[in-house]
This record gives sequence, structure tokens and C-alpha cells, in this order.
Amino acid sequence: MITNLDERSFDEILFGSELPVLIDFWATWCGPCKAIAPILEEIDLEYKDKLSIAKIDVDQNQQTATRYNVQSIPTLILFIDGIEKARIVGSMGKQALLQKLEGLI
Amino acid sequence: MSEDDINEVIIIGSGPSGLTAAIYCARANLKPIIIEGEPSSTSDQPGGQLMLTTEVENFPGFPEGILGPELMTRMRDQALKFGAKFITNKAVKVDLKDKIKRVWISDDTNTEYLAHSVIISTGAKSLMLNIDNEATLLGYGVSTCATCDGFFFRNKTIAVVGGGDSALEEAIFLTKFADKVHIIHRRDSFRASKIMQQRAMSHEKIDIIWNTEVKKINGNSKLESITLFNNVLNKEYELDLDGLFIAIGHSPNTEIFKDQILMDENGYIQTNNGTKTNLDGVFACGDVQDHIYKQAITAAGSGCAAAIDAERWLNNNLN
Ligand SMILES: Cc1cc2nc3c(=O)[nH]c(=O)nc-3n(C[C@H](O)[C@H](O)[C@H](O)COP(=O)(O)OP(=O)(O)OC[C@H]3O[C@@H](n4cnc5c(N)ncnc54)[C@H](O)[C@@H]3O)c2cc1C
Repeated sequence: MITNLDERSFDEILFGSELPVLIDFWATWCGPCKAIAPILEEIDLEYKDKLSIAKIDVDQNQQTATRYNVQSIPTLILFIDGIEKARIVGSMGKQALLQKLEGLI
Repeated sequence: MSEDDINEVIIIGSGPSGLTAAIYCARANLKPIIIEGEPSSTSDQPGGQLMLTTEVENFPGFPEGILGPELMTRMRDQALKFGAKFITNKAVKVDLKDKIKRVWISDDTNTEYLAHSVIISTGAKSLMLNIDNEATLLGYGVSTCATCDGFFFRNKTIAVVGGGDSALEEAIFLTKFADKVHIIHRRDSFRASKIMQQRAMSHEKIDIIWNTEVKKINGNSKLESITLFNNVLNKEYELDLDGLFIAIGHSPNTEIFKDQILMDENGYIQTNNGTKTNLDGVFACGDVQDHIYKQAITAAGSGCAAAIDAERWLNNNLN
């Protein structure tokens, strides 16, 4: 299960996680976000030991979205020790997404 | 390879045409396999072009209108109900010339599917401007999806490039968020429908920049401005912007069929005698073979025709 963060738990996971953290910036009204959600669930299960995935609703947490300059959703940001290592903008298939994460996790 | 592995029909693409074909084929007990495409932030995704729009007002049966994604989800559910099987990948390669058709998909092993007949319903993809910075600033002020990204432009100044129905509809949708929406169009009149033109032109937040092309997209980590060229006055100038939405039209998704299927000079599949292509047992429907009407209902109508054509062809050729 991918947890839904708020502004406070966002910082907790970002700086508290041992694993790289992939955050999915999404919203309920965004179709391409819905399409990528089941793919993230699959990757979450398969890569449990390598990656921790969480999501944050930009509608409810506009400050966080603004802080990270997110202007398009879905946007996935990969953080390692709280530092942004990669940013993936737009929905895509599983193979394409794994390719983008390759070498980073 | 056993006979069991050969399907009656494979449908490639899951917009209104592919899903209607799926409903008809499934009800005719042809056990269709639908290669539905992959998620993306363009119209090239399961459900097709209507996944990126909001209200569809002209699909018969919905007097109060229906949201594009909802309409497509319902069509998919209807096909599922009759037993259609969906594969959430793209077709990456096809071999349609022989009696048994082969389709390879975009999973990690490029699984191959076989069938006696194929219905092509791959629709059309949005065109991009193909100028510098467009790809790098996608998601940083440049967008192909108004319904996804409009939210980030509350009280901002943005522009929509294009002059068709989808451009005007996006512009009107974006007025919910932005303070000012420029429509940039390279001609002096729109090809959009009268009702859309009226709505756009009378909107207080919309301003139309005629006879003008986008020459440059400027900005480092995010969009700052664009350089415009007025093709009547021969004048170049800059416009400060927070967001740029691209809606300049579509081209058919037919790359994987090149050298096998007959197409016109713009890449639209040529059909005759209903939905038949030049290859026996291969049918095409929807926007992939239609450069004239390009509507959800015409796409759905031709999807129905393709399913009936395929069913008859299977009856005549397999029994
Ligand atoms: C913003 C917008 C608003 C619109 N509003 C309206 C409206 O209000 N009313 C109306 O009637 N029409 C509207 N249209 C037009 C309408 O959406 C199209 O005419 C219709 O969707 C065409 O249907 P289609 O099935 O031919 O193809 P598409 O909808 O283009 O779908 C094509 C499908 O093929 C898939 N595909 C492509 N390549 C492959 C591949 N290699 N392998 C597998 N799958 C593939 C795609 O993923 C997609 O699922 C609108 C279009 C847009 C862009």
C-alpha cells in the first residue's frame, strides 16, 4: 500500500527513510495520475527492499507542490537522504518508468 | 504454437472506435483481445483522446453532458462485461500480411499475439511544435494536458496554441484558473465549430492573437516567455507567460503499420468497402482512417462497422 502523505508526514518520510523515496504528486481529478497509480502499486510491491513509494495530493498540500515547483501532474520525484535525485514528469507504462529509475535505486 | 493460441480478432487501440469494436466483437463471441495502449500524459493512452478532455456535450444519450474519462471508462466496462480481454501495453511491431497475423507488445519480453483478423483503431496523437525547449520545459510551464495542469496556473497568464475545437475548449477550461488566456493561432480565422468560437471570442479572460506563430520557448528551469512571429506584419516579439498549452492538431498513429497497410500521403489508413484495408482480414476504424469527421460518435460508429466486417470475414474465411 502506498501511503498518502500530508505536509508533515512528507518531511518525516523524506528525511527519515533509509531507502530512496519516490513521491508521486497527484490529485483526484487527474486522469493520467489514475492511470499510473496501479503501476506504482506494482513497483512498490516488487521493489519493497529498494524503494519506498508514497504519494501526496497537490490539491490538499499546495505548499509542498509549490516548494518543489511541481507544475504538472503526475510528477514523480526521487529523493535520497532528502535530496532530489531525479524527476519524472507525466504518466507512462511500467517498462518506461522502470527504465527511468534504472541505476538510481 | 497450437491452434488455441490463435485468437479470432485482436483490436489495437482503445478509444471510442476500438472499444465499440470490442463491445460488438465480444457480444458476437469472438473473444477479442484489446491491446489498449499504455498510460501517458498525452492522448496516446488507454481510452484515447477523450481521456484528456472534460465535458463531452455532443455524444448522443447524455443530454446533461458526460466527462470524457467517464464515458471511456463506461465503454471499457461494457466491453469487459461481455468478456473482452484487455492488455495494457502498446503494439510495438506487427506482421499482418500472412494468413495468421502477429502482434508484438511492449512488455519486457515483447510477447507475441496471434489472430486470424486484426482491427486497427490506434487513433491520432497530438502534434507538438517541435521547437527548442519544448521538450525540456514540458512539465515546467509547457503542457499537453489542460485538465491535468490547469490547476497550477491559478491567477497566472497563460496561452493556448491552436485553432481547432480542442484548442478553444482548452482555453475556455483554463479560464477557471488563469487570469488571462491568450489563444495563439497562425491564421485569421478558426477551424473550430461556431459554438466554440462564440464561447471563446466572447469570454472576458480570453484574448486572441491572430496570424501568429510560436517561434521560441524561453526559460531555463521554467517557462518565462515565448517569442512570437506575426506572419502578416512580419514582426517578431516576446510575450511573458507562466504557462503554454499546445493543442495544434493531430496526426494518425500509423508508424508501426508502414510498408504493410496502404495509407494516404498524411499517414491515414485507406479503407474501402466499409472498413476494409488493402490486407485481407485487417480492418481499420476511427480517427486512424478518418481525416474528415474526427468525432467520438463517428469513431464509435466505424468501430461497430469494423466489428461487423471482421465477424463476416471470419465467417466466410474460417468455416
Ligand atoms: C481535447 C479533445 C476534446 C475532444 N472533444 C470531443 C467532443 O467533445 N466530442 C467528440 O465527438 N469528439 C471530441 N474529440 C475527438 C474525439 O476524441 C476523437 O474523434 C476520438 O477519440 C477518436 O477515437 P479513436 O478511437 O479513433 O481514437 P483515439 O481516441 O485517438 O484512441 C486511440 C487509441 O489507440 C491507442 N494506441 C495508439 N497507438 C497504439 C499502439 N501502437 N498500440 C496500442 N494502442 C495504441 C491509444 O493509446 C488510444 O487508446 C476531442 C478530442 C480532443 C483531443
